[in-house]
Amino acid sequence: MGERKVTVAAEVGLHARPAATFVQRAKQAPMDIAVAKAHGGDPVNGKSILAIMGLDVRQGETVVISAEGEGSEEVLDELAEIAGKP
Amino acid sequence: MNLRGVGVSPGIGHGPAYVLTASVPEPPEGATYTGEAEQEKERAMAALTRVAGELEARGNQAGGEAEEILKAQALMAEDPGLVVKVRSLIDRGLAAPRAVYEAFTKYRDVLAGSGGYLGERAADLNDIRDRVVALLYGHAMPGLPAAPAEPYVLVARDLAPADTALLSRGDVAAFVTEEGGPTSHTAIIARAMGVPAVVACPGATTIRQGVRVMADGASGEVRLEPAESDVAEAVGAATVRQAAVSEAEGPGRTADGHLVPLLANIGSPADLAAAREAGAEGIGLYRTEFLFLDRAEAPSAEEQRRAYRAALEAFPGGKVVVRTLDSGADKPLAFLPSAAEPNPALGERGLRAFRKFPEVMEAQLGALAEVATDDLMVMAPMVATAEESRWFAQRCRAKGLRGVGVMIEIPSAALRAKDLLAPVDFVSVGTNDLSQYAYAADRQLGAVSALQDPWQPALLDLVAMAAHAANGVGKPCGICGESAADPALACVLVGLGAATLSMGAGALPAVRAGLAAHTLQQCTFAAEAAREQTTAGAARAAARVHLPELGRLGL
Repeated sequence: MGERKVTVAAEVGLHARPAATFVQRAKQAPMDIAVAKAHGGDPVNGKSILAIMGLDVRQGETVVISAEGEGSEEVLDELAEIAGKP
Repeated sequence: MNLRGVGVSPGIGHGPAYVLTASVPEPPEGATYTGEAEQEKERAMAALTRVAGELEARGNQAGGEAEEILKAQALMAEDPGLVVKVRSLIDRGLAAPRAVYEAFTKYRDVLAGSGGYLGERAADLNDIRDRVVALLYGHAMPGLPAAPAEPYVLVARDLAPADTALLSRGDVAAFVTEEGGPTSHTAIIARAMGVPAVVACPGATTIRQGVRVMADGASGEVRLEPAESDVAEAVGAATVRQAAVSEAEGPGRTADGHLVPLLANIGSPADLAAAREAGAEGIGLYRTEFLFLDRAEAPSAEEQRRAYRAALEAFPGGKVVVRTLDSGADKPLAFLPSAAEPNPALGERGLRAFRKFPEVMEAQLGALAEVATDDLMVMAPMVATAEESRWFAQRCRAKGLRGVGVMIEIPSAALRAKDLLAPVDFVSVGTNDLSQYAYAADRQLGAVSALQDPWQPALLDLVAMAAHAANGVGKPCGICGESAADPALACVLVGLGAATLSMGAGALPAVRAGLAAHTLQQCTFAAEAAREQTTAGAARAAARVHLPELGRLGL
């Protein structure tokens, strides 16, 4: 299982445009994507914009993105870049 | 059948009714379905997919900021978590509309509990939910038709700024709303677009989709299925008035040459062309918050500079009064969030929000200072005390801004206008909020719209106090409320001592014509006669006795 730890840099946190871009990319991936806050909390479906918004990740908070299977490393790299973009 | 409301933007508009379904009824609790669960699920999925597709298509059409918002909403409509929830509720026996309703409610409650920005997204979810439920019931989809075959009369309970963001002037023949007063957003936007509008019209939302409607934005009359001859007659009378009005040209002045610059109220650079066409001499109120509604983040300095520079360039030599962000109440800004307040109109809005987010004000003043010319003036909304006026003036002066003013829209500010004036260069009376606060009557509420009548004598007294204080210290007092858009009242305001009048561009020609037909003395007499009355109706009638030419002009 691959993992990426990312600190969210966008001023709005993982909401609005960053959340939509993240989910749009995640939906293209064939495997499941999970997102959790680094400091506890259950992982949520990375393809669900409502679940991602419900996590309420603010600027400066760290999330863990995980995925498994063929091509998952590439997907994780892209998702980490989106989540970490200011 | 005829209905009657309050005419707030003059002119005759006619066309088929487009009724914007403001509230979709809640599907009954425990509603079940007959037939197979699979079919019911398919029905629900098809509706979700279609709504997502429509939101995406509307986004593509709108472009820019609206596109991003609508595409995010499309993702919400097809959210996998939501889909699972809908399916399982149908498995448990609930009919598709009820299952959709409950699934959305579950997510909405989670978001609403977070408050602030997320809380606002809860309203988005309600909107998406209503679209899906309406579709499942076979009701019309909430939302506006794109590229209609002929301009439609837009009928709604009330319109929010977000509803009207995508409106195009050529598509709407008139607005008719059940709620709203003369200073509601429907009224303001209609006047800015030059589209006739009737608000506070009981029964408006009972108008059936597609019925032909004629709205008279002056008298407030709304006729359903009018005879063609009636439409022709009404349009003819409006044309005569138009012709009389268009004869007046040039800068605003009374018949005896007293100059009163006539300025336009705008919400974005897109309004500049209409303002110039209508002969505005400058901008008296630039509502900068309208540039940034629907924004999650504060706009960049470069974007702000562009928007302000556009106005200065459109009116070389004319003054441009920029109001700093006025968030809150009916136009919340996500980047100036306020806590849930029981009375948002009395809460942390306008200048008060800047106390909490001084960095947003500093950034806006900084952007303004960088494009400032001698013609640029900056003013703050919702100023209640001399201290606040001084604080704002200090922050502006520190940035090197020279033309600094405050709005008079709270009764305390009118009562102590002299104190508020001391640290600034001018004041501008916002009559809309001033009457809301003077009469304790919500601007958005049709039921109390009679108290919002700008002819109310107490409102005239407050304006007179502000103008008198300003004239006493040799500083200008402008009027930027919608009351300046009424040709008779515009004369009265000049008689009360207003130095400039600012209004929606559509009202400028009629105000210019009315003013040019009367002397300053007639205006003064009209103002005195109006203030001697005890009711709004009597004040209007008394003033008009001194303004005899208005009738000839058809105003």
